[in-house]
Amino acid sequence: MSNDDVTNAPAPRSPDPVAEQSTSLGATDHISRARDANRNAAMDVGDAQGPLLQRLKGMQSIWILGVLVLITAFFAIKAPSQFMTGDNLINIGQNLAIWAVLAVGMTFIIITSGIDLSIASVLVFSSVVSALTMEKMGGSGWSTAAVGTAVALVAGLLWGMLNGIVVAKAKVPPLIVTLGTMSIALGFAQIITGGLDIRSVPTELQDAVGYGRIAGIPVIVIIALIVVVLGGILLHRTRFGLYTYAIGSNEVSARRVGINVDRKLIMIYALAGFLGGLAGIMTLAQFGTTSIAGNSLTSLNVIAAVVIGGTSVFGGQGSMFGTMVGLFIPAVLQNGFVIIGVSPYWQTVAVGAILIAAVYVDQQRRAAALRGGK
Amino acid sequence: MTAVLEARGISRKFGHVQALDSADFDVFPGEVVALIGDNGAGKSTLVKAITGNLEIDAGEVLFDGNPVTIATPQDASELGIEVVHQDLALAPHLGPAQNMYLGREIMRPGLLGKLGFMDTGRMRRGAADAFRDLGSAVRSVVTPVGEMSGGQKQSVAIARSVAWADRVLFLDEPTAALGVVQTQNVLDMIRRVRDKGLGVVLISHSMPEVLDVADRVQVLRLGHRVATYQAKETTIEELVGAMTGALDRREDVA
Repeated sequence: MSNDDVTNAPAPRSPDPVAEQSTSLGATDHISRARDANRNAAMDVGDAQGPLLQRLKGMQSIWILGVLVLITAFFAIKAPSQFMTGDNLINIGQNLAIWAVLAVGMTFIIITSGIDLSIASVLVFSSVVSALTMEKMGGSGWSTAAVGTAVALVAGLLWGMLNGIVVAKAKVPPLIVTLGTMSIALGFAQIITGGLDIRSVPTELQDAVGYGRIAGIPVIVIIALIVVVLGGILLHRTRFGLYTYAIGSNEVSARRVGINVDRKLIMIYALAGFLGGLAGIMTLAQFGTTSIAGNSLTSLNVIAAVVIGGTSVFGGQGSMFGTMVGLFIPAVLQNGFVIIGVSPYWQTVAVGAILIAAVYVDQQRRAAALRGGK
Repeated sequence: MTAVLEARGISRKFGHVQALDSADFDVFPGEVVALIGDNGAGKSTLVKAITGNLEIDAGEVLFDGNPVTIATPQDASELGIEVVHQDLALAPHLGPAQNMYLGREIMRPGLLGKLGFMDTGRMRRGAADAFRDLGSAVRSVVTPVGEMSGGQKQSVAIARSVAWADRVLFLDEPTAALGVVQTQNVLDMIRRVRDKGLGVVLISHSMPEVLDVADRVQVLRLGHRVATYQAKETTIEELVGAMTGALDRREDVA
């Protein structure tokens, strides 16, 4: 084919039927009419429904909330005089408080598609160095308690930062990093103490925080509630929270739009570590002793609660509300089984089954959403 | 008039494959340039290399006639250059509004903004306006993008880039997954962006579409620009000839 042939040819500009159609008058008319229809159609800008209601709608947490309501109703009917009492609800809240604080940090991490297996070891380590510091300071008085609290928070923060730095900068998978620090932090706690729990917690701290109540509500529950509410606001209302979702949803696109993903990840793991430290001092206040051997399953239980609450281990999805529902299910089961005289060991069985069922239902729901996503 | 963006002698090797072999490229303000070439000719690679998504082995990039280094997508954004990637680069769990403003959130005024609170309402309205302007089929600015159709995702990605580009807009196969109406929408949108004075670079496989919307057509073959045509003065046969090498017409002739 020579040059001349091409330039002299009658040159049908649009052999493609689609293009031809679109240049003919009738089709253009149709298209512009279709476009006008598009322009005039209502746009859902998210104002129609309340933002909370809208976020809850279609979330797994709404389904799992139903499960919680059923369980609660079951126990309420079986043992109305014991289960549905203010004292018992407060009892459940007290059992939950420390896990709730840990679960707030865990929710952030799992939404980034990470995981933190070390959180209970961080709690133990923080409470050990804190108790040791308070012991050295004489073991009593408010100033001792304040220093002990600061030590626990800083210890937790540092472990969290270490996790975050290795995950973000060294690109070691979070599962491996935190499996490692789980061992290391617990190991150090045992080395420092020789494996023996420390009991020198200032009575002021135990009385005010551990047993104290404000308006009938235990201080420890109030602390947990504040952490949960602040965590929820941070996750659902701020840019920090949005970036947490963005990283878990599509890390590449987060980097492309200029989000400093490494720094955000370090901050998120540091936040979880900090909350581990807070949980450490709360443990000391509540029980008056470290519990080096008593937290072997804590991390896994917290992860289970977060996942039951609809936070996806694949990242990008989850809510603080869901996490709270996920925390209540095992706590209510445990409490209810004791009250109606079923062996509390059944609680572990039930929670495991609910965990698997919850993720199964969640996956089905997501697949359905994708199929209907036209 | 100087080119708003010009690339000279860009080279890039992947292992033994010379993906870009001293490729040149330029786009002027207020014009649509189509970048065409057979599969593997280096179109997407060239766009990535110019826009800070890929390191180059050799060559220089001029912006408004001045040499610049565009090492990251942020460098490109700061110059007013945006790219609609073929893979769209959207966060599937976030809604269209969140995707559109990701990395550029509008914060609340005052202390709340400093604490990290966003003006969600303003961003949603801004996104809604942007989609309406594009005649997009996106019906909700809050439904997760992952639950949308291919065409809707595409229009989210395009709206995002159009909203932030103020000098050059690159579109890598923007109509490949679209139906007739939406394709016409995208082409209309390209014209509107051009009329605002931006340089628009369109990568496309559809020759009729290229001749319909482009002012100039640059042809890549084997990682090198082999020809530049005025769209009005060329034909599909000529473009195909240049793409495949059947017409060995070097660019100094054009």
